[in-house]
Amino acid sequence: MPRRKRLRKVVAPPGFRGYKPFGHRHGTREHVDLLYEEYEAIKLADYDLLNHLEAARLMGISRPTFARIYESARRKIAKAMVETREIRSAFGNAYLDKSWYICEGCHTRFTLPPSMNGRHCPVCKSEDFHSVMEYT
Amino acid sequence: MKTIITSAGNQTDSAFDQRFGRAAWFCLLDEETGQTRFIRNEFADAAQGAGRKVVEKVAELGVNRVISGDFGPKAKELLEQLNIQMVIINDQATTVTDILKKIK
Repeated sequence: MPRRKRLRKVVAPPGFRGYKPFGHRHGTREHVDLLYEEYEAIKLADYDLLNHLEAARLMGISRPTFARIYESARRKIAKAMVETREIRSAFGNAYLDKSWYICEGCHTRFTLPPSMNGRHCPVCKSEDFHSVMEYT
Repeated sequence: MKTIITSAGNQTDSAFDQRFGRAAWFCLLDEETGQTRFIRNEFADAAQGAGRKVVEKVAELGVNRVISGDFGPKAKELLEQLNIQMVIINDQATTVTDILKKIK
């Protein structure tokens, strides 16, 4: 069994749902999923112009892991351009803020407002869930 | 306790809509009576602010929980303020019936 993926911290999710090519002759093709952490990696390295070590620290991961995510992001964008595919943003292995929980059983993500009685997963009723923060 | 599930159509076998503000329909489940009813989303084609308007409507209906594929940043903030529980299910192939069965 492979090692569990640590969640990557994303400061702000992408402000788009996707990008579409236009003016091409091909019909609709399978889209490319750009994960939140990949978007964040591109943003930190190429927009905020941080070096990989600084960016990795911000995302709560090691520098080699950051480099892998960054490489995968660049490859996905290149693939989308060359093969005229749509880019869509997908959640991936990221966490955004501490008010979210993730269920161990069914991997549902949810919030627990203070008015809610009973602390269990709303889908499978399991009490085995963690704050997404604890994954780091 | 009332729950809303975003739905692509107005029947319980409709596909689960991954969007919140721009979902086509909402399935309103009343857990006390176990009854469901479908509400058309009049803001699905709104030029802007669909999420915010839908949150206002959801609050008017007295809903405590919304189940969707994702929530926009504005909707998220408002739902949090209104103490409405958000549940994210990232299963594209699921239907409203599947979710209704799971949460029972």
